[in-house]
Amino acid sequence: MSISVEEVYETARMILYHHLDIRTTTLGINLKDLISSNFSACLNRVSQRIATIGERLVVEAGKLETKYGIPIVNKRLALTPISLVMEPHATVKKFLRMAQTIDEAAGQAGIDFVGGFGCLVQKGLTRSDRILIEALPEVLARTQRVCAFMNAGTTASGMNLDAVNLVGPLLLTTARKTENGAGCAKFAVYVNAPEDNPFMAGAFHGVGEPDFTLNVGISGPGVVRSVVEKNPDCDLTQLSEIVKQTVFKITRAGELIGRELAKNLGIPFGIVDLSLASTTASGDSVADILKGFGLESVGTHGTTAALALLIDAVKKGGAMASGNVGGLSGTFIPVTEDAGMARAVRRGSLTLDKLEALTAVCSVGLDMVAIPGDTPAETINAIVADELSIGIVNDKTTAVRLIPVPGKRPGDTVNFGGLMGSAPVMAVHPFSASRFLKRGGRFPAPVKSLKN
Amino acid sequence: MGKELLFISVMGRDQKGIVARVATLLYRAGANIEDISQKIMDKYFVMVMLVDVKDAACSLEEIKARLQNLGRRLNLSIQIQHENIFKAMHRV
Repeated sequence: MSISVEEVYETARMILYHHLDIRTTTLGINLKDLISSNFSACLNRVSQRIATIGERLVVEAGKLETKYGIPIVNKRLALTPISLVMEPHATVKKFLRMAQTIDEAAGQAGIDFVGGFGCLVQKGLTRSDRILIEALPEVLARTQRVCAFMNAGTTASGMNLDAVNLVGPLLLTTARKTENGAGCAKFAVYVNAPEDNPFMAGAFHGVGEPDFTLNVGISGPGVVRSVVEKNPDCDLTQLSEIVKQTVFKITRAGELIGRELAKNLGIPFGIVDLSLASTTASGDSVADILKGFGLESVGTHGTTAALALLIDAVKKGGAMASGNVGGLSGTFIPVTEDAGMARAVRRGSLTLDKLEALTAVCSVGLDMVAIPGDTPAETINAIVADELSIGIVNDKTTAVRLIPVPGKRPGDTVNFGGLMGSAPVMAVHPFSASRFLKRGGRFPAPVKSLKN
Repeated sequence: MGKELLFISVMGRDQKGIVARVATLLYRAGANIEDISQKIMDKYFVMVMLVDVKDAACSLEEIKARLQNLGRRLNLSIQIQHENIFKAMHRV
């Protein structure tokens, strides 16, 4: 037999017991050719394109699930940033209609989420960008599947603090309009946002992308945790080696399915994103991998080193497995969606400050962090500015997805239900940075050239 | 024309008639058994069959549904997966 019983057994166990799956197949769709001065024609054509290609994605992904026996958990779409498409129709009302049209078409096609309802504002805001941001609380409250993003900076152009200053009010308004503030989970603010990220909330189809492209997000925390736990005493080089080997296998599965799915859809294959994506399922947790490394509780001293080692090994294994690695390919550990992270917050070992520190090495940001509902808008903006400046200066993607939960105080538990999980509300610093933030303007692009 | 090869993995408690029942199911579905191997691993009975479904009388979905139905009756986990997934994951 070309494959041994052991190898078949290993794969079967990964799927049955350790949550091996393809976390997402995200189809990027160009909408630039649908920009029209006739708004209802634009709406119709957007709706038609989403419904047609979305339905095909769902059907073809289903066939591959049967063929390979691996679940494809999410079928998603990523659109051209909507503020560009809506330049000729920039009113709050029309943005809402566009969002509802997208939501409905995606729902009919069986699509889980649609990303791209956002704007690229690293250097400044157009009128359309401003109105999109104004419309977002209503959009996030009145649609189910539409995800929004803002790219507020790049290493090459610096950070747009005027745009960052809009985030706090946007989140607080959205939180008031949705139960437990859950609408905020559909919005992420980025710097150096990748144009081919398959993960929500930040997925969008970049302006440098072709008409269509298929991007894949692999799974993995459960599988990696299980091999780490089988090797409790090996040294760090060996530990890195076993993580690499495991991630190689997972990534190859993602690459195979992504390429075949793209081929069957007749579109180019984009990238495999190597992020380890946690879920609320027991053991499918990045925090539990780090415990397996030997940390008593995530967030304690040693966590930054352990996470850096983990993600470096993930990238090495993944890069060997796929020639088209892209997207976030770091770790974006969602606190509420990762039961181990939520536990660490509950027992007091993981704070917002430590989460921020992790982003200096390999994390992509503060993801799914519940904060008190009475956090001032300026404090939210300051948290965002801190996180994004780490990305700007270190030439990497960073992002923030915060949920200010109305009526909740630090330590209170908030349950978002289902896949979004539950976690304690995390404390924020009580001291203000508002005078600093009120200065506005642009955080200049950092020096990257004086290297001698 | 080439073959369409899939691996069937059966895992669970050893009992009489597993091979016979899976083989009968495959015979009725028109799939050809190319190879078969079994082992006890982590105290589990593990059987792996390589089957060619190129000339099968029914669809892969149908074969899969019948296997899963059999698995439920015998309290075994039965998976069927195209060989390419194993080649991708286990061969450089």
